[in-house]
Amino acid sequence: MGMTMTQKILAAHAGLPSVEAGQLIEADLDLVLGNDVTTPVAIHEMDKFKADKVFDKDKIAMVLDHFTPNKDIKSAEHCKCVREYACAHNITNFFDVGEMGIEHALLPEKGLIVAGETCIGADSHTCTYGALGAFSTGVGSTDMAAGMATGKAWFKVPSAIKFVLTGKPGKWVSGKDVILHIIGLIGVDGALYKSMEFVGDGIANLSMDDRFSMANMAIEAGAKNGIFPVDDQTIAYMKEHSVKDYTVYEADEDAVYDETYTIDLSTLEPTVAFPHLPENTKPISEVPEIKIDQVVIGSCTNGRIEDLRVAAKILEGKKCAKGLRVIVIPATQAIYLQAMEEGLLKTFIEAGAVVSTPTCGPCLGGHMGILAAGEKAVATTNRNFVGRMGHVESEIYLASPAVAAASAITGMISDPRKM
Amino acid sequence: MKAHGTVHKYGDNVDTDVIIPARYLNSSDPAELAKNCMEDIDPDFVNRVKQGDIMVANKNFGCGSSREHAPIAIKASGISCVIAETFARIFYRNAINIGLPIIECPEAAKAIEAGDEVEIDFDSGMIYDKTKGTEYKGQAFPPFMQEIIKAEGLINYINNK
Repeated sequence: MGMTMTQKILAAHAGLPSVEAGQLIEADLDLVLGNDVTTPVAIHEMDKFKADKVFDKDKIAMVLDHFTPNKDIKSAEHCKCVREYACAHNITNFFDVGEMGIEHALLPEKGLIVAGETCIGADSHTCTYGALGAFSTGVGSTDMAAGMATGKAWFKVPSAIKFVLTGKPGKWVSGKDVILHIIGLIGVDGALYKSMEFVGDGIANLSMDDRFSMANMAIEAGAKNGIFPVDDQTIAYMKEHSVKDYTVYEADEDAVYDETYTIDLSTLEPTVAFPHLPENTKPISEVPEIKIDQVVIGSCTNGRIEDLRVAAKILEGKKCAKGLRVIVIPATQAIYLQAMEEGLLKTFIEAGAVVSTPTCGPCLGGHMGILAAGEKAVATTNRNFVGRMGHVESEIYLASPAVAAASAITGMISDPRKM
Repeated sequence: MKAHGTVHKYGDNVDTDVIIPARYLNSSDPAELAKNCMEDIDPDFVNRVKQGDIMVANKNFGCGSSREHAPIAIKASGISCVIAETFARIFYRNAINIGLPIIECPEAAKAIEAGDEVEIDFDSGMIYDKTKGTEYKGQAFPPFMQEIIKAEGLINYINNK
């Protein structure tokens, strides 16, 4: 029986000629990741191991991105714990304030993960690297500790859903709109325990930044991973960012899928997910007048350079609505610098937005933009759960950078095509 | 091994943000996390919960963030087992890895109500609703996962290998 792309990567890392859905395997890991929230718990678990050593100091990444620059004393203690561990164990890829960025934008940018590799991360959005044709998935802190100690993880081989993407998205329609549309279609548990495999000639019309934001939100449909085939754009990205050797895996022609969806990208509109689940989506033409209090443009989903370029293009020469707080968060230092050199930051500041240092910050209700009771935000982030960005009676509307920027000007959820 | 207690019932898609909001993730101390468990969905839970109580929910329990703080908070609050129609995959792994018993059983999850007295026999996978006089068979774990549970978590399991 043929294998999916994900199954082929897992088989290779388990040293098996083939695997099938449901099989329990132990796979070798090329990268193990953690952040300032999850790594302290993993370090605590590491104490229980008989030997106090890591499997490979070059294959572990620790990124202090969630509550940094330290938002309070307890967060500072967590970061200190990770910093001291990284120093004591000589962890090569430890990223502290000054070097750090939001982990899922940072790791591909630093070339730490490439096609054909296997990665676990103690952060649910670790599935982002599927955009590069890698198998990557989110786990908890104990799995992270086991991975750090042994270089291996256990997996139940997933079955898959195939998404055949055709056509070209229209103006101001991005990867974020495509993935929100898909989550609206299948629901927040529509891909539970499964792979989402994206294929089709429409992929050539999606940039790497589009693909990162799509793979990033596979978890919001419950998926184990989301994965894209490797094409010229992927190879160009990897050559620019990494010195690692990559391996290209392709699904077998007779691979079995649980379901297949065909989506014509040219038919999609900018899409918004209403509170309090990412599956509550509406095309922008069906969104009523909703007044907002805050806009957040950033996160591991949409804090990349292309996202900032789109937002700046819409905001150029315009002013943010009076009474609205607009927060722009470049995802990494390199993106921040590039946005500065391209004049994007000037556009944001002149429009009346604030620009923050890289941080996950408001996306998870950490700091840098918490909502009060009754407030509404349009955010380019990934979750709109109850209380996610602050008070339990606040509301988050998930959207693309284009919709967020258009909404920043009007103070209402707005269609960028009408600006 | 058995569990016996009063049921706290929840619906679909209970996410890890409502199980333990991010504003409390600057701590990883189980007792500290337990103080705010379920705060954003059920503020009175921490006052009602008794040692040994059972949590029952519908589909996709534990979706969202990978924070292991969520099963840690539930376990430290006194909950002896979580029964659900389905679990989100990262929560499922985390619960097994830290030794919080969980059972997938759609029939039980749908029928059992808040306040019911429930007994669970982990060896047989049987769930008894004492209040309603009904019983259900939960899905058994594959042998590999039973080994992890028996070792009281993933790290001990690896150490014992």
